[in-house]
Amino acid sequence: MPENILEMKNITKRFASVVANEDINLSVKKGEIHALLGENGAGKSTLMNCLYGMYDSYEGEIYFDGKLVEIQDPKHAIAIGIGMVHQHFMLIPVLTVIENVVLGLKENKEILDLNSAAKKFTELGKRYNMEIDPWVRVEQLSVGQQQRLEILKALYREARLLILDEPTAVLTPGEIDSLFDMMTKLKNEGQTVIFISHKLNEIMKICDRCTVLRQGRLEATVNIEDVKNREELAALMVGREVELVVEKNPVQLLEERLVVKDLCCDNDRKLPAVKNVSFEVRGGEILGICGVDGNGQSELIQSITGLRPVSSGQVFINGVDATNCDARRVLDLSVSHVPEDRHKFGMIGQMNVEENLLLVSYKEDRFAGKGLLKWNIIDQHSKKICDDFNVKTPSIKELAKNLSGGNQQKFVVGRELERTPRLLIAVHPSRGLDIGATKYIQAQMLKQRDNGAAVLMVSTELDELIELSDRILVIFEGEVMGIIDQKEASRETLGPLMAGVR
Amino acid sequence: MLDTIVNFLTADIRTATPLLLAALGLVFSERAGIVNIGTEGIMLTGALLGCVGSFIFKSSLMGAVFAIAGGAIAGLIFAYFTVTLRSNQIVVGTAFNIFAIGLTVTLNRLILNGVKVNSYSNYPIPGLSKIPLLGRVLFNWSVPVYLAFLAVPVCWFVLYRTNTGLKVRAVGEYPKACDTVGINVFKVRYAVILFSGMMSGFAGSFVSMGQLSSFTEGMVSGKGFMALAVCVFGNYSPVTVLLAALLFGASDALKYRLTTTGLGSYYQFLNMLPYIITIVALCAFTKRSNKPAFSSVPYRKE
Repeated sequence: MPENILEMKNITKRFASVVANEDINLSVKKGEIHALLGENGAGKSTLMNCLYGMYDSYEGEIYFDGKLVEIQDPKHAIAIGIGMVHQHFMLIPVLTVIENVVLGLKENKEILDLNSAAKKFTELGKRYNMEIDPWVRVEQLSVGQQQRLEILKALYREARLLILDEPTAVLTPGEIDSLFDMMTKLKNEGQTVIFISHKLNEIMKICDRCTVLRQGRLEATVNIEDVKNREELAALMVGREVELVVEKNPVQLLEERLVVKDLCCDNDRKLPAVKNVSFEVRGGEILGICGVDGNGQSELIQSITGLRPVSSGQVFINGVDATNCDARRVLDLSVSHVPEDRHKFGMIGQMNVEENLLLVSYKEDRFAGKGLLKWNIIDQHSKKICDDFNVKTPSIKELAKNLSGGNQQKFVVGRELERTPRLLIAVHPSRGLDIGATKYIQAQMLKQRDNGAAVLMVSTELDELIELSDRILVIFEGEVMGIIDQKEASRETLGPLMAGVR
Repeated sequence: MLDTIVNFLTADIRTATPLLLAALGLVFSERAGIVNIGTEGIMLTGALLGCVGSFIFKSSLMGAVFAIAGGAIAGLIFAYFTVTLRSNQIVVGTAFNIFAIGLTVTLNRLILNGVKVNSYSNYPIPGLSKIPLLGRVLFNWSVPVYLAFLAVPVCWFVLYRTNTGLKVRAVGEYPKACDTVGINVFKVRYAVILFSGMMSGFAGSFVSMGQLSSFTEGMVSGKGFMALAVCVFGNYSPVTVLLAALLFGASDALKYRLTTTGLGSYYQFLNMLPYIITIVALCAFTKRSNKPAFSSVPYRKE
């Protein structure tokens, strides 16, 4: 029996002219939990998608159980015993649990026998301590349950190597703990797990070995036992020393800049999304809003910024009643908004950097007069923002979509902060960014706070929230579960609140 | 009075049959995420080819074979454009409809010119057709009518109880998820479009050879679109599609009834009746729709 269940040799994967993976060697031992670490865009998912047959072609060799295999499609990957739990669950919401489990199985008879499949599935669930009712529709399951279903689905297909792609991104701290219990159990049963993550704490806690990718290349494979601290991993991931701890000045509280009173609003499906939320943010502080994605954060911010109707309650911005104002009026109250999805709400990919930088201020007298834009002044202004905020772009005439995610976010932040707002609203400011860009954006937010701006920040990253916020508001199913001071904030105090336990 | 009822019900079934045949095919293609607005054109082609086959071989069976084969070819072309080339389904469908008008007119003038052909003949079911009233309404029909109604439970079973049906339902909801469990999304979509094309072709042949026995230009006159509406109104499920088809048929039959009364002069208004009934009914039933999440979205493998 070979010691390595998986060996990937000299894997290269190109998309058109872009090389996503270059000459990567990965070996995974039987029965270990192997971490795949790297920043966004480092090529972790690409490498695993090659292994799972999601692409038409790749260069290099893959050995599974010591045998050379050429994996053409997921069917083949499943057949040899590879199971993958994707970051975005590959489940069909309107089908039942058991229909999802048997979907695509090659041993299915033409007339389906769901009853015996359900029996086998329930037994499997019992064995791994994660029982799910096979007859409910998947859309009725919680996110945590859906993930368990994905794992069981892979085990049902007799996977011996399980790939988990950023499995903790969508979970509460409590659910993460039970996921880790389950991973340990899988390991004890002799299963092999590849754990994709960019969260250093999690890797240190659960994994045996760790392979680090950077910019599509293999950086190192290390034994977690030999790693001194998470800074060491971070340095491997980024390629230089990184300061992980943020320096913060003491709070200088000013007057109330944003007051939200008993705010209620509906989501897109006309169901209540935010229920009687009240809080205030003062100048000089950062209020973090913490919660698992989809608990009303987006709707809350949209109703404050005039993008969504408020059904009841009030919003005061800088002392002015701004309930149900339009977005322009809200911005004119000295508010800056770094929206949650920069591609959807923050920028226009088909326009160049300069035009994007002008989106909020095109009306101002300094940039426009007599119905014409003053391009000379705009050029200078745009160059200044790019310099001030470290935006790396070939020129200000470059299309925004051609910039990296980090640089896109930097110019969005630059555009918003250049206006020296009295209230800054930032939603997932560091989502999808590498460590360098994240630290830069965080520093900019702290600078605004120190200059007396009120900052309202929404994030799902607990570490970011705990490090930056002065107070943390926890939201669960649209309700405020509590507001916690930074001093008392920790995974342990926030976790239960995020899960709706007071 | 009894005669009126019997006539009304037979008229209902006669108009419902082509709608039902086409809509059952559409249930499968719609569920897999394909919106084939070209059904109208495929039915028209089927109506013409049915007559051509029947004319050449002096046999309505060969007419059906021609119509189904024509539907199959049309389906494959539609699939090539929408699945392989990922063209916009509505645009391709519309092109089909316009193309079919020209094609059928040309072929009609070249081959048929309104000639009478063998139509589908009735096969009263021995014994059953002798039942008073019911026998006349239900058991005195041509083969396509029996097939259409028998296809309802068969389609239901295939859609909800078989491996194939599960794949079809899954592909329209989340094609990428299907890909990850090893289902060939393209194959499933080609298959449902092929099936739907064959059913539409067959349905078309019933329009020209069901009660009539010749082809007239533009004779499908919106029945393909009505079949799409039946499929949607029937919530993409065979049994409810049957009810929807009967409702549409009934409103059509009602239209003919009313034409013979004093209301006949409001002919255009009566033509609107089936659609008004649809809109009212759609508003009345707002329960969970089975419309697939990835309807009319082409699938692209990375």
